[in-house]
Amino acid sequence: MADLRVDIAGLRLSNPVMTASGTFGYGLEFADLVDLEKIGGIIVKGTTLRPREGNPYPRMAETASGMLNCVGLQNKGVDYFCREIYPAIKSIGTNMIVNVSGSCPEDYAECAARINELERIPAIELNISCPNVKQGGMAFGVTAKGAAEVVRAVRDAYRKTLIVKLSPNVTDIADIARSVEDAGADAVSLINTLMGMAIDIEKRKPVLSIATGGLSGPAVKPVALRMVWQVARAVGIPVVGLGGIMTAADAVEFLLAGATAVEVGTANFIDPAISVKIADGINDYLERHGCRSVTEIIGALES
Amino acid sequence: MMKKYILDLTVKSNTRLHERYVLLKLTAEEELPAMVPGQFAELKVENSPTTFLRRPISINYVDREKNEVWFLIQTIGDGTRALAGLKAGDTLNVVMPLGNGFTMPSGDTEKVLLVGGGVGTAPLLYMGKMMAEAGCRPHFLLGARSVGDLLETDMFRELGEVYLTTEDGTAGERGFVTQHSVWERERFDRIATCGPKPMMMAVARYAKSRGISCEVSLENTMACGVGACLCCVENTTEGHVCVCKDGPVFNINKLLWQI
Repeated sequence: MADLRVDIAGLRLSNPVMTASGTFGYGLEFADLVDLEKIGGIIVKGTTLRPREGNPYPRMAETASGMLNCVGLQNKGVDYFCREIYPAIKSIGTNMIVNVSGSCPEDYAECAARINELERIPAIELNISCPNVKQGGMAFGVTAKGAAEVVRAVRDAYRKTLIVKLSPNVTDIADIARSVEDAGADAVSLINTLMGMAIDIEKRKPVLSIATGGLSGPAVKPVALRMVWQVARAVGIPVVGLGGIMTAADAVEFLLAGATAVEVGTANFIDPAISVKIADGINDYLERHGCRSVTEIIGALES
Repeated sequence: MMKKYILDLTVKSNTRLHERYVLLKLTAEEELPAMVPGQFAELKVENSPTTFLRRPISINYVDREKNEVWFLIQTIGDGTRALAGLKAGDTLNVVMPLGNGFTMPSGDTEKVLLVGGGVGTAPLLYMGKMMAEAGCRPHFLLGARSVGDLLETDMFRELGEVYLTTEDGTAGERGFVTQHSVWERERFDRIATCGPKPMMMAVARYAKSRGISCEVSLENTMACGVGACLCCVENTTEGHVCVCKDGPVFNINKLLWQI
């Protein structure tokens, strides 16, 4: 057995595979189907300062090798999370990480400050990249200035590991990554979904209620991998890679491209136990290549 | 909440009931888990490059003696066509049981009408079986476009009273289920329905106007099936809730349908 442990700016994972926000609920939904303690970390659903109803139905369209969604950050707000959800998830034996979103820097900071008080939440993932909300979300993540502004506000309010989730819907993602690093981020995760669209040709209407949505699944993997590779070379902080990972081989690609850890998202819908299988598969790869630790392959891409 | 499983089931038989419908009977080496009528399974689709997600399919019937679970598949797109192509001996990976079932009658004197349209009749067979086992004789009102689209009618007849409608008059009374004469002849204490939304809305309108308790089974487009992705939401008196986890069966009083 190889050593699968990794460290993301003080956040210690037993293996480099986490589940991505919005694809794994609060973990509890999957408790019957997979051993949650064998997952490196669980990043729970996007949480905002105030409750949000999200976008109207329909919110999902299946695509070739993927899916579009426009859920729009539906959640019951941070107070509900602290009061009702946290007590139910705090004893799960892995890193429970909260994805935090908002519509202005003050809301992000206030939400993060509340979660800072929760002893068993070692990190947050700051979502400046949701493509499905009108205010906030991706609006901050598409400019270096906007991204830095939110990160600075949250950095002042949050003491533990701060991961910032980046949008791929930008001209130069490395530029955004550098600016959030300068603003105090401990790590970056990428990519969030790519903006897309689907049309019902019989009705001549968009399939999704708000016309556009975020594309995820294996369709986006090559784009995600390229961006992780670019960002890993541009910043000094750890990079968490995600986007279309379906197999251990996909995960190893991200690690080789420079990611310290990965997140598995849409694949959870196809196989609810996939995250643990991917962690096992990474171990197999390491043993086959005579590596004692997963850290030996992080950024080990040969030119 | 009932315990969920990821299971590799073995196809025992695949019977084409009609041009667009097949009946899959599956079994497992282990005893199949507890399942209630109205729940569904997420079926993994293999050998279909254009299909990415699992397909949510309602539990049609459970035969405990033979350790079988049945799924009735209507071939609509590539995913369901691939499922319809399964052969005896093939393996099918399923996540089940998912969601909540229909409310069972409170006693054997309760008169319950189960209204199904097209492939929406599927969960009503298992519901009828569980009712019959509890000593409560079910009444089935089943509708379809044409006689060939009426499925498993012999099975339904073994369990209770059956009333049929077809739009073209090739079986039962001509018209929609809501036009059947049984509505005039009989009074029911409870209604459960599954089928096309306009049909369920018409049934719900009837039930509401007469103060009859009514449950409907929804089939909003779904991804995860376990309440994690929040894609399949229905707007209810409690806001957006997941059809997969909080449904698929809802009492009509909880929905915001304009009926």
